[in-house]
Amino acid sequence: MKTTLLVAGLAVAGALSAVPAQANETPKHGGTLTYLIPADAPPSFDGHREETYATVHATAPFYSVLIRVNPENPASPTDFVCDLCTAMPKPTDGGKTYTFKIRQGVKFADGSPLTAYDVAASWNEITFPPQGVLSARGTDYRDLIAKIEAPDANTVVFHLKFATAAFLPALADPFAYIYEKKILDDPTKGPHWYEKNILGSGPFVFSGYQIGQKITGDRNPNYYHKGLPYLDHIVGIFAPKQATRVDAIRSDRAAIEFRGLPPSARDQLKQELGNKITVQESPWNCGSDLFFNEKKKPFDDPRVRRALSLAINRWGGAPALSKIAIVKTVGGITFPGSPLAATKSELQQMAGFWPDINKSRAEARKLLKEAGAEGISFELLNRDVDQPYKYVGIWLVDQWSKIGLHVTQRILPTGPWFAAMRSGNFSVVHYPICHAVVNPLLDVQPYLPASAENMGGTPDAQEMDMYNKMLHETDPTKQHAEMVAFEKYVMDTKAHATQIIWWNRIVPYRSYVKGWKISPSHYINQDLSNIWLDQATVSQ
Amino acid sequence: MYRYLVNRILLVFPTLFGAAALVFALMRLIPGDVCLVRLGSGGTSFSEQALQACHAELGIDRPWLVQFGQFLWGMLHFDFGISMWSGKPVVDEIASRFPISLEVALIATAIAVVLAIPLGTISALKQNTWIDLLVRTVSIAGIATPSFWIGIMAILIVLDLTQWIGGHPWMPPIDYVSLWKDPIRNLSIVALPALTVGYRYSAVSMRMTRSAMLEVLREDYIRTARAKGLLEKIIINRHALKNALLPVITVVGLEFAFLIGGLVVTEQVFNLNGIGRLMVLSVQNQDYTLTQALVMVVVTIAILANLVVDLLYAWLDPRIRLK
Repeated sequence: MKTTLLVAGLAVAGALSAVPAQANETPKHGGTLTYLIPADAPPSFDGHREETYATVHATAPFYSVLIRVNPENPASPTDFVCDLCTAMPKPTDGGKTYTFKIRQGVKFADGSPLTAYDVAASWNEITFPPQGVLSARGTDYRDLIAKIEAPDANTVVFHLKFATAAFLPALADPFAYIYEKKILDDPTKGPHWYEKNILGSGPFVFSGYQIGQKITGDRNPNYYHKGLPYLDHIVGIFAPKQATRVDAIRSDRAAIEFRGLPPSARDQLKQELGNKITVQESPWNCGSDLFFNEKKKPFDDPRVRRALSLAINRWGGAPALSKIAIVKTVGGITFPGSPLAATKSELQQMAGFWPDINKSRAEARKLLKEAGAEGISFELLNRDVDQPYKYVGIWLVDQWSKIGLHVTQRILPTGPWFAAMRSGNFSVVHYPICHAVVNPLLDVQPYLPASAENMGGTPDAQEMDMYNKMLHETDPTKQHAEMVAFEKYVMDTKAHATQIIWWNRIVPYRSYVKGWKISPSHYINQDLSNIWLDQATVSQ
Repeated sequence: MYRYLVNRILLVFPTLFGAAALVFALMRLIPGDVCLVRLGSGGTSFSEQALQACHAELGIDRPWLVQFGQFLWGMLHFDFGISMWSGKPVVDEIASRFPISLEVALIATAIAVVLAIPLGTISALKQNTWIDLLVRTVSIAGIATPSFWIGIMAILIVLDLTQWIGGHPWMPPIDYVSLWKDPIRNLSIVALPALTVGYRYSAVSMRMTRSAMLEVLREDYIRTARAKGLLEKIIINRHALKNALLPVITVVGLEFAFLIGGLVVTEQVFNLNGIGRLMVLSVQNQDYTLTQALVMVVVTIAILANLVVDLLYAWLDPRIRLK
C-alpha cells in the first residue's frame, strides 16, 4: 500500500511538472523545431547497435517501434501503449506468449508497406543478430526470448523462455527501431546499411545530415497516428559544449535540449528570460552507483564496505547537492519511481540510509575498528565528466573524511576509466548507470556478481538465486518483497555495491514549445510527434 | 636554390614516418579502447560479448604490428581507412570539417597580418611614446589571454549588448553554412571566432614585428641609407621592413599551421565543427584510425608551412639560398 502511494505520489509529481499549463491549449500545426543534441555526433544511426542518446535524439523521430512508453504519460514507469501494434496483448501460455496485431496501411519512407514480417525481422535482428552484427542489448533479450515469428503479415508472436514482468518494459525499448525486412535480408545491404542510412516509418522523414553539425527531417504526410506530427520540420543541432547550448537557448538559436541541464543553467535562463522559459523536472533513471573491488583488501571485508556506505549522509546531502548538481532523489538500487522500489521506511532499514547519520557513522567507525581498517587511505576512481560525476565524487571524499578515512579522487577520461575498472585497478569506483525504460528487473543486473559493470565483484550464489527467483515471479506484491530483500542483501548484508543519490533531470526550454512531456529517461519519448509550437509567443 | 628545395622536400618523408609511428604507439598506450567508450559512454550497461564483437569488427584485436603495417600501407595509397567511431571513411570525416578550420585560419591570419605589421612597425618607430605603450599593452593582453576565454567573453558581450539595445539577445548561428551557399550567414558564423583567434595571433606577430624592426633600425645599413639622404619612407619600406619581416614570417607560418588543428577550445566555444573539435573527439573516443589520420594531416600542414617559410626566407634573404 505504501509503495502504491509512493508510486502514485511520484507519478503525480512527475505529471504536474510535465504539464505546465497546457491543459486547455489547442495544438497548432506547422513550424520548425530547432533542438540541441548535447553530443558531437552519433557513432552511427543504427539504434539496434548503439547505446548513446546521441543516436536516439538524432534518429528517433524517423522510426516507429512496436510498443512504447505512453507519450502522453511518460512519467509513469508502467504505462505502455502500442505504436505499431493495434492493442496491447494479454499474454497466453502461462504468460510465455505475447501476440501482437500490427497496424495496416503503415508505410516506410520509401513507400514500401510495413508489415508484421518487418517487425519480426527487426526484433530477430536485435535479439539474435547474425554473425558480424553488433546488437547492444541482444544478450538481455536472449535471456528472456526463445523465439520471434510472424505467422502472417498482420501478426507477430514473441515466445518467452519463462513468464516475466520484465518483458513488456524491455519491449518498449526506444532503440528498437523497426527496419525493412527486405533491406535486412538484402546481401548487398543487410543490417549494417542502417548504420549510415535512415529509413523508417516514424513521424518525420529524414531529409539531411551534416556530419557532427546537424540532422534535419520533414513531416511524414503518411504518418499513421492521425493528426500527428504537428511540426513541419525538425532541425537537431549537435552542440557538445554546455555553455553553447545555454547561450543558444537564451538567444533562441534553439528552443530546447532534451537531455538535461544543471541547476545553474536552469536558474540562469529563468533569470534572464523569465516566463519565456519553461522548466520541466523529473527524477532521472540514472543512479550514482558505488562499486567496491572485493578482490582487493580491505574491501574484501563486508564490514569495510558497509562502513563506507554508512558514512554517507544521503538524506542530508541530497537537498544541498541538488542545488548545484543533477542529483536529487534518495533511493536504493531500484529506481525510486518504480512499484518495486523500497519505500522510505523500508529503505531506512538498510545500511547507509538510516535516518540518524550520527548513529550511522558511529556504526561505521565500529565496523572499521573491528575490521582493522581504521583511518585507511584509498582512491575513488571517477570519470572525467563534470555533472554529476565530479560533484558527487568530491562530496563522497568529504563524507568519508567524517569517519577518519583519507580518500583522494582518481579522475580519468572515459576509455582509461573503463580500462582501470576492467583490469581491477581500483578500490572503489563511482559508476553512474543510466537506463532507458524503467525496468527494475533488468536494471539491477549490473549488481549481479557476473555483470560487466560489477568488475570488482566476487561469486555469490545466494545473490544469483535471489535474482532469478525475483525475475521469474509474476505476482507484483511478492516481487516487491523480493526486490526489497535483494536490495537489502546487495547494499547492506553483503554491501557488494550501493546507490548514492539518483539523478534529477532538468529541462529548461523556450515556452513556445508545447506538448513535450518529461520522462524519467532522456532516451524515451523522443520521436517529437506530439510537440507543437505556439507561434504567438515566439519572441523573434 | 633547386638543391635546397630538394633537400627540404626529402626531409618530409622521415618526419612523416616518425610522426606516424609516434601517434600509432601513443594512441595504443592509452588505457581503454574505442569499443569501451562506444558501448559505455552513454552510461548504459553492456555485455562482454558485445565488447568482443566490437573488437573483432574493428580489427583492434589483431597484433599491433599488423595494424601498423595496414596503417602505413593505407597511407602510401592515401587511404586512411574507416573511422572506428562513425564507420564513415576518414577522408570524408576530415573533408567535411576541413573547410571550416581553413576558413577561420585564413581570416584569422589575414586579421593578424593586417593588424600586426603596421602596428608593430609604428610601435617600433614611435618607441617609448604613448603610441608604443598602447600597442604593447594591447599585444601583451592578447598574448596573456587565452583565445577561448576571449571567445566566451565576446559571445556574452554580444548577447548582453543585443539584449540591452534591442531587448532580444543575439548570438552567431551555431549551425555552419558554407561560404558559397550563404555568404552572409557564413561570415556571421566565422567572424567572431576569427576575430578572437586573430587578435591573439596578431599580438604575437605584433611583438615580433616591433622587436625585429627595432633591431634592424639600429643596423649600419640603415644608418648608411639615412646618411645618403634617402627618404624615411623608402628606408622603412624597402630596407628595414623587408629584413625585419624574416622572423615575422616564421611566426605567421607556424601559427597558421597550428590554427588548422589547434583551435580545439575555440571551435567548441563557437560550436564550429572543425578539425580541432574533431581531433579532441577522436582522441576522447580513442578512434585510432581517425586520430592517426588527423595527426598526419596536421603534421603535413606543419611541414608544408615550414617549407613555404623556408622558401620565403630564401627569397627574402639571398644569403640563405647561396649557402
